[in-house]
Amino acid sequence: MEPVDRTAPAGETPEGAPEAVSTLTLRVNGTARTLTVDNRTTLLDALRDHLDLTGSKKGCDHGQCGACTVLLDGRRVNSCLLLAVVCAGASVTTVEGLSDGDRLHPVQEAFVARDALQCGYCTPGQICSAVALLHEAADGQPSYVTPPERSPDGPVSLTPEEIRERMSGNICRCGAYPNIVDAIEEAAR
Amino acid sequence: MKPFAYVRPERTEEAIDRFAAQPGARFLAGGTNLVDLMKLGVAGPPLLIDINGLPLDAVEETAAGGLHIGATARNSDVAAHPLVRVRYPALSQALLAGASPQLRNAATTGGNLLQRTRCPYFQDASKPCNKRAPGSGCPAREGVHRDLAVLGHSAHCVATHPSDMAVALAALDAEVRLRGPAGERTVPVAEFHRLPGDRPDRDTVIEDGELITGVTLPAPPSGARGAYRKARDRASYAFALASVAAVLTVEDGRIGHAALAFGGLAHKPWRAHAAEEVLRGAPATAETYRRAADAELAAAEPLRDNGFKVPLARNLAVSVLHDLASRTDTTG
Repeated sequence: MEPVDRTAPAGETPEGAPEAVSTLTLRVNGTARTLTVDNRTTLLDALRDHLDLTGSKKGCDHGQCGACTVLLDGRRVNSCLLLAVVCAGASVTTVEGLSDGDRLHPVQEAFVARDALQCGYCTPGQICSAVALLHEAADGQPSYVTPPERSPDGPVSLTPEEIRERMSGNICRCGAYPNIVDAIEEAAR
Repeated sequence: MKPFAYVRPERTEEAIDRFAAQPGARFLAGGTNLVDLMKLGVAGPPLLIDINGLPLDAVEETAAGGLHIGATARNSDVAAHPLVRVRYPALSQALLAGASPQLRNAATTGGNLLQRTRCPYFQDASKPCNKRAPGSGCPAREGVHRDLAVLGHSAHCVATHPSDMAVALAALDAEVRLRGPAGERTVPVAEFHRLPGDRPDRDTVIEDGELITGVTLPAPPSGARGAYRKARDRASYAFALASVAAVLTVEDGRIGHAALAFGGLAHKPWRAHAAEEVLRGAPATAETYRRAADAELAAAEPLRDNGFKVPLARNLAVSVLHDLASRTDTTG
């Protein structure tokens, strides 16, 4: 990954008293975007309301449902609980940035093939989360259901139990869970 | 949310100076709890001091063979760290039992210790709560308290501390490193959180202006095994109804080192000293584990709707101790 510009946001007036507004640059889906936001703006609201990227969804807005999941410097996070100003200089990948032109990401393909959704509202978050999950498991990161005596080296094999635990931060109110697990198993192959 | 100013210092001294210069300021790390509380109107700092730019995210072995975990090390990184997984499995398991992968990628070691209770009255700014608004009362005592404390609560507050990580750290004899205007100090994790008493607004012994810079763990006892187990209302992604962290050594059928802590039962991670007294030197049998758990939980004072936590915690402790002992007996 290319180095990111961690330029501090413009948080100071000439008198030295901090302001309630900041200007920051984010690299969003590969493109540098500079915006001036009220410090209260979350990354989710910056993406949706300032950058017109409405793929990331606002479900609970309290970090409980996962609909807002995006990748921040490659790691999945709840964008509703991150202040945009804290992300200054970081790279953000949203669901809009996963495909290669018209070619869907393998996780997106698998969600379509396995009919892993009903209403679709949670789907962008589910897909971003699943993309990160595949990297985490390949990287050997454990979950609560990974046997603790397992060596810390080598990828974790993604059983349905592992997938369910690792996707627990993404709620689907339609209950499409069985097909979501199938889709992620397929994408992991 | 109330408007606030934001600064991102690069040096720890600068962060501490900034805090001292602005009454009501708050340090911001992962923000997974603080930003939520700001949305809920429970917190409204005039200034956020972002500490993510400070050099406090390392996880490294200490000269004494222990481990230092920086305050801004992410929960996910600590849980996956090879030294944590091999030497302090109870800590890795506790971290992985908490929250969701997304939250663990943002949440930090220091922030996890300082997270506030999830008592529904504390989180609802329209309700009385002695922790949020001292003197306003505690509706939880007679209200919704199924998730709340059975040990160490007071007439003023029946909240529980929600951390899993802190329970494991308490059993592992970890220390919190603090830095403030008056310098540095360390506090054992088991003494870092307070019981509510008549000051439930104070969760911990941290002084205004102090910053957690990290947590230090001693080397694990030779031959020790550790584990963390958590009971909750759903299979994953829920706070503990009760949880247990244990570290044990067994030799020739007798228990040597024994450290036990409960989560989900009190205003703080509950280091079970009475249970440990029973365990040390005793035969590694189910009878010992039951006596140990009962010795600790004799002090429980359940509320109307949370009496189930006492047998739940007892059974968790017995099963964790049994599993650990069957894996650690050096004669086996």
